[in-house]
Amino acid sequence: MLTASSTPVDQVAIPRSGSRTTAGETLAFVARTTALAGVALVVLVLLLVATGHDPAVALTALVRGAFGSWYAITSATLVRAVPLALAGLAVAIAFRAGILNIGAEGQLLMGAAIAAAVASVVGSLPAPIAIVCILLAGAAAGGAWASIAALLRQRFGVLEVISTIMLNFLAQYLIGWLVRGPLQEPTRINPQSKSLPDALHLPVLLEGTRLHVGVLLAIALAIGAWWWLKETAGGFRLRAVGANAAAAATTGQIRVGRTVVLAFVASGALAGLAGSVEFTGVTYALYDNFSPGYGFTAIAVALLARLNPIGVLATALLFGALEAGANAMQRDAGVPSVVVSVVEATLILSVVAAERWQSRSVARAESGT
Amino acid sequence: MVLPAPANRIVNTPAAEDAILSLQGITRRFGSVLALDEASLVIRPGTVHALLGENGAGKTTLMRVAFGLLKPDAGTIRLRGAIRTIPSPAVALALGIGMVHQHFTLVPAMTVAENVALGRHGRYNPRAASARVRDVASRAGLSLDPDALVSTLPVGAQQRCEIVKALARDVQLLVLDEPTAVLAPSEAAELLRWIRRFADAGNAIVLITHKLRDALAIADDVTVLRRGRTVLAIRASSTNESGLANAMLGNEMTAAAGVASVIASDEVALVTATTGAPVLVADAIHVADPRGVERVRGATLRVHAGEIVGIAAVEGEGQHELLRVLAGRCEPTSGSLQRPDVVGFVPEDRHHEALLLESSLVENIALRGAGARRGRMPWSALRDTTASIVRDYNVLTSGVQSPVRALSGGNQQKLVMGRELIDAPAALVVVNPSRGLDFRATAAVRDSLRSARLAGAAVVVYSSDLDEVLLLADRIYAMHDGVLTETPNDRESVGRAMLGGSSPSGA
Repeated sequence: MLTASSTPVDQVAIPRSGSRTTAGETLAFVARTTALAGVALVVLVLLLVATGHDPAVALTALVRGAFGSWYAITSATLVRAVPLALAGLAVAIAFRAGILNIGAEGQLLMGAAIAAAVASVVGSLPAPIAIVCILLAGAAAGGAWASIAALLRQRFGVLEVISTIMLNFLAQYLIGWLVRGPLQEPTRINPQSKSLPDALHLPVLLEGTRLHVGVLLAIALAIGAWWWLKETAGGFRLRAVGANAAAAATTGQIRVGRTVVLAFVASGALAGLAGSVEFTGVTYALYDNFSPGYGFTAIAVALLARLNPIGVLATALLFGALEAGANAMQRDAGVPSVVVSVVEATLILSVVAAERWQSRSVARAESGT
Repeated sequence: MVLPAPANRIVNTPAAEDAILSLQGITRRFGSVLALDEASLVIRPGTVHALLGENGAGKTTLMRVAFGLLKPDAGTIRLRGAIRTIPSPAVALALGIGMVHQHFTLVPAMTVAENVALGRHGRYNPRAASARVRDVASRAGLSLDPDALVSTLPVGAQQRCEIVKALARDVQLLVLDEPTAVLAPSEAAELLRWIRRFADAGNAIVLITHKLRDALAIADDVTVLRRGRTVLAIRASSTNESGLANAMLGNEMTAAAGVASVIASDEVALVTATTGAPVLVADAIHVADPRGVERVRGATLRVHAGEIVGIAAVEGEGQHELLRVLAGRCEPTSGSLQRPDVVGFVPEDRHHEALLLESSLVENIALRGAGARRGRMPWSALRDTTASIVRDYNVLTSGVQSPVRALSGGNQQKLVMGRELIDAPAALVVVNPSRGLDFRATAAVRDSLRSARLAGAAVVVYSSDLDEVLLLADRIYAMHDGVLTETPNDRESVGRAMLGGSSPSGA
């Protein structure tokens, strides 16, 4: 039974990007993104003024924190962009298949948790193999976590929006227990896991910075996902199911349920990988609040990129810069970093509104019979 | 600006003061599309008024203006002589104007009485609501159970529910949008009789239709729209089918071959093809719908290469489940079935089941067979295939990479037809091939069905328009309550068999 067709995915305003991008479309995309960024900037300035901060000082701090130095670019902005890009890819793949996976955060956390667990037992392996094992374990964990929501949707018609949000909480509390129980560091003082031995760290890409090879992994996976969606039969099936599940089943004779489950698991695996990359590349330990909401910001990253994997790289960079700048703004100008969260939310709402407005004007022109 | 051709006369226009409703100079744009271009319409009390036109001519748009669903950009609306603005359907109803849309606007999970009471204010009293519906229905001579759930009602009863909904608001002018499209012949005849009675009581009916025969049979006045303009307003008694067709299409087009065949449908003689071996053979098959309800109960049929077999049925007799099984889109629960591996399928709902509207033409062509494809997508070959379909089936498009949403309904259907015939499948199952299409597109789609048959395909056609089945089919099976009966190819026998009567040839 095709329960997929009964879920109200197509009633939700998901921006859908086409498979082709002509020069004109790219131009329009850039123009619109610039306009949206302009809106976000105006909102930010208004907020700063309203909260009694000097916009010039605050914005300078923000820009300097994100791009002010080589170290800021590589170790603040890019390092934050990596998990955002991987989790953004996860969301983009799911949304392209018509799956509203809001659970990238939970899948990312589970990826990090299992990575930490595996890290504690693979110490005897040669380092490169151990690192690969840890990364893959994280991906597998994220996929497995997503498969719970996938099966609930296929078997019982449970809306994945609900189930993935619930699974986010579960993952968060599970980590809280793990770092106070089975995975707690040997001294049993701090609620965190044992630090990852230096040998198992992801190699640093540029000497003197915190930038690790995860950035290459994110770029490779983005290009791979883009190519796969565009050029392969499997990628086309995924897009067809997302565009119109009923037509995919009836005309394409595509097994919609199978496609949905596979896409959901792949999405979870990417988010899980984001977790294990963050663990081996940045934090080297598991603890409460391991992720500053990367899995949620990833939704904005994917939407702003109009679900295009290559676009995800660009928007992940933008949001990475915003987060890095927000920290600097808080430190140097005393502006609470939540102001930047408001800007991020403004960006998302503007994207969705622009998308709705566009599709509404198209629909209106068509209903004129 | 093009003046109406000489044959199109605007005559017998009553003075606006006598009219129950008079629309003058109504203009309405949608973006760059001019949907109504100074259209006019004058409805006399006590009459049935047919509003004719091709798809996209602006019939429904004009009546949506009168019903307060659309604001005109220009023009005046007079109701019994007084100029009015109608900003919303609530105001239209208060002024005595009702409308029954082509796609019903009922809440399936509610009862008839609840649906009728929707939109009223104050407390809801179930008993009073039921009594009111019973009263309105009986005075109108419409049989309707106020306490039945709408979802359990057949289409004809749902339509009566829509009508009663309007009558309960004491409307004197009722707009019916393509009301006979969903009905069996006997139900349609009953509805047309009711329409006559309602008008004779001093009310007025606007019948939006593209069926010339219905228009001439029942209407007192006829108004024809073409490209948003009123090109003919005339007494029905002083015109005929070809006069109306000329007005609808413009003189130059009726001369085109194919169009004539659609208009004078009954006179078309089918070229007899040589019938070959059986391709689709079903023997006592049973089919359940997704909820597990058995919808096909022992259907037996045989479709040979080179013939078109028509299925005739009113809504909900199990035809959709049967057609999906014949098309290889689902499996029977029991019975034996012989079916080729690949069956072309044109499903009922193009937008829902046949097309990815936001995707390009090429991707829509690629959709066929996507379930079994492995490896890379052969985009370059698919582009060539798409281009050849666009050429062979005369699909009007700005390019194979433009989104399907940008195509008109007729061009979308031509694309679907071309796609399903691309690899000359041994069998083709087509549902409502011309629904929502204009004359030219209808002719093109029917021609491609006939060519598929000549090329040796076994074709199954179901249409909710019985005339279309009669026109296209070499043989007809009527379907009633999940069972098929082969029926002589004439309107009367088919109509009887559709409603479960025995066919005279069976005796």
